Amino acid sequence: MGKSLLDKVWDTHTVRELPSGQTQLFIGLHLIHEVTSPQAFQMIREQGLQVAFPDRTFATVDHIIPTDTQQRPYGDAQAEGMMRAIERNCREFGIRFFDAASGHQGIVHVLGPELGLTQPGMTVACGDSHTSTHGALGAVAFGIGTSQVRDVLASQCLAIQRPKVRRISVDGSLGAGVYAKDVILHIIRRLGVKGGVGFAYEYGGAVLERMAMEERMTVCNMSIEGGARLGYVNPDPTTFAYIRGRDFAPSAEHLDAAVAWWSGTASDPDATYHDVVRLEGADIAPTVTWGINPGQAIGVDERVPAPESFAPDEREVAEDAYGYMDLKPGTPIRGTRIDVAFIGSCTNGRLSDLREAAKVARLGRVRPHVKALVVPGSQAVAQAAEAEGLHEVFKAAGFEWRLPGCSMCLAMNPDKLVGRQVCASSSNRNFKGRQGSPSGRTLLMSPAMVAAAAIEGAVVDVRDLLGQR
Amino acid sequence: MSELIKITRVSGRPIPLRGNDIDTDRIIPARYMKAVTFEGMGQYAFYDARFDADGHSKGHVLDDPRFEAKGPRIAVVNKNFGCGSSREHAPQALLRWGIRALVGESFADIFFGNCVALGMPCVSASEADVLALMAAVEAAPQHELTIDLQTMTATYDGKAYAVSLPGGVRTQLLEGTWDATRILMQAETQVRDTAARLPYVSGFRPRR
Repeated sequence: MGKSLLDKVWDTHTVRELPSGQTQLFIGLHLIHEVTSPQAFQMIREQGLQVAFPDRTFATVDHIIPTDTQQRPYGDAQAEGMMRAIERNCREFGIRFFDAASGHQGIVHVLGPELGLTQPGMTVACGDSHTSTHGALGAVAFGIGTSQVRDVLASQCLAIQRPKVRRISVDGSLGAGVYAKDVILHIIRRLGVKGGVGFAYEYGGAVLERMAMEERMTVCNMSIEGGARLGYVNPDPTTFAYIRGRDFAPSAEHLDAAVAWWSGTASDPDATYHDVVRLEGADIAPTVTWGINPGQAIGVDERVPAPESFAPDEREVAEDAYGYMDLKPGTPIRGTRIDVAFIGSCTNGRLSDLREAAKVARLGRVRPHVKALVVPGSQAVAQAAEAEGLHEVFKAAGFEWRLPGCSMCLAMNPDKLVGRQVCASSSNRNFKGRQGSPSGRTLLMSPAMVAAAAIEGAVVDVRDLLGQR
Repeated sequence: MSELIKITRVSGRPIPLRGNDIDTDRIIPARYMKAVTFEGMGQYAFYDARFDADGHSKGHVLDDPRFEAKGPRIAVVNKNFGCGSSREHAPQALLRWGIRALVGESFADIFFGNCVALGMPCVSASEADVLALMAAVEAAPQHELTIDLQTMTATYDGKAYAVSLPGGVRTQLLEGTWDATRILMQAETQVRDTAARLPYVSGFRPRR
């Protein structure tokens, strides 16, 4: 009987089985940021502990960093306080900190892969639920809370239960104008926001195999929105080619050994899974959320679903969503007027995302009533985009070109919705109040669809703009 | 964390928090996480569901006089409670508001783990039992709800409901090892050995 990647990586990283029955799991890469780490360091100090493996933790600042100017001190005193805390913590405990001056600052889940820190067969933990992103490289990567950040700092380990594994195969191919974002929104729509609780999702099939690394990151990123704490894609030559030459990648002389080990971590052809779900790439349309969780998604050609179409345990949330979003059942989602367009986040803030959005931005201008932001995922993404002139494309079309950070995905910095504004967003959550206004509304979609919505001032089918049908 | 605190029973007045898929952004909006400590998080629990833009109460269940009580509280919730963001600020806010344990149909994985690390049991019961318990609480909120991790029951107003908890977590709570730090640190040599066996830790340089 073959083993899945999850089982192999779990076994190689098991320090011991704990008396409770949980696994003491070694964490190969620990990433921290300014929001969920200060209390962990406080506990380390109060309890007189040390950081066990300071060279296996890396830090950056992303959630609270302003995107208009990064001049210190920040205008927001609380944000400045958080920044000072992480600076002090990294200095005192000998942790490498990728701050704005490093040239490597960015969203933690853009940074790890980009620097070659994330590698196949590793365990990765971070105090952020979108840590599942790193699974795109064949890592077992998951989000943790602050007490667990303390545990990793103190011991480089976690006490944790092994998840079940569900393989999700997306077969065939995607149509034009359909992106990785549409694939994961479609998966969550089909399997539900709680379908993945207790599971790791292994994504495969021809669609995933053909995807570039950044696309795989988009898919894995939103695993948690389907309830799965982690998601991964088996490492393959696409993965190995992506890692080669990055700052923290194995050196050229050891690369063959690395590739051999990485290859061995992939699921065996006869691996056993708890269950297997098969989806057809051809069934996936450009997808837009209409409600208050990422599973409330429909194809751009569809109408807001009727209450009767939901399972009994989803109907109440749907009723809540109609009211909050002010969208009636039966209304076409296309044509929904937007006020704000946000392109960025750990889901869709990478170079390929900006390239796809720029293709659309070249076709028109942002409507006067729309505020449109492009926030690159990292300083490296910003530099690469600027080298290609993408920033000029966006600016010429009326988008604001900002500095890297999480920005309006969760609005812990000054980038926030106001009042009942509706935002077409390439981010990952459409929860109530998520984008900074307690009554603000979010429509999740691909970066190309966001750019199209910015130009039309309303939700449109990007394929129409691109002349793809 | 220095002493072992064994959690065998939790009793308190119940607070019903109806709804599936209640996410941690709702439990604590991100703007209240701009702090370097968890102190004061209790006042922001469910803030936007409780208060309008002017800070006036919207009549949320947490502010409903019928459910007002002193002492420890136990939340009764539905499915996939605590989904979304990994923010420990969410259970910290509930804890500091007074909640010591939760009974529900199901919990999101990260939220569940965060609660364990704080010694807050999240026990599951069947949909029918949770709905019955909620109805009982709403009809007569004045009784104490008791979660017993030895008998694996939640008892309210004389009626016992069967609850469950993954075996490892139940043991952790009963034995007082839910705060895992010391336990994890005890295996230092084995941790170093595990690290030494992983080729990426040494950059794939051949072992001597």
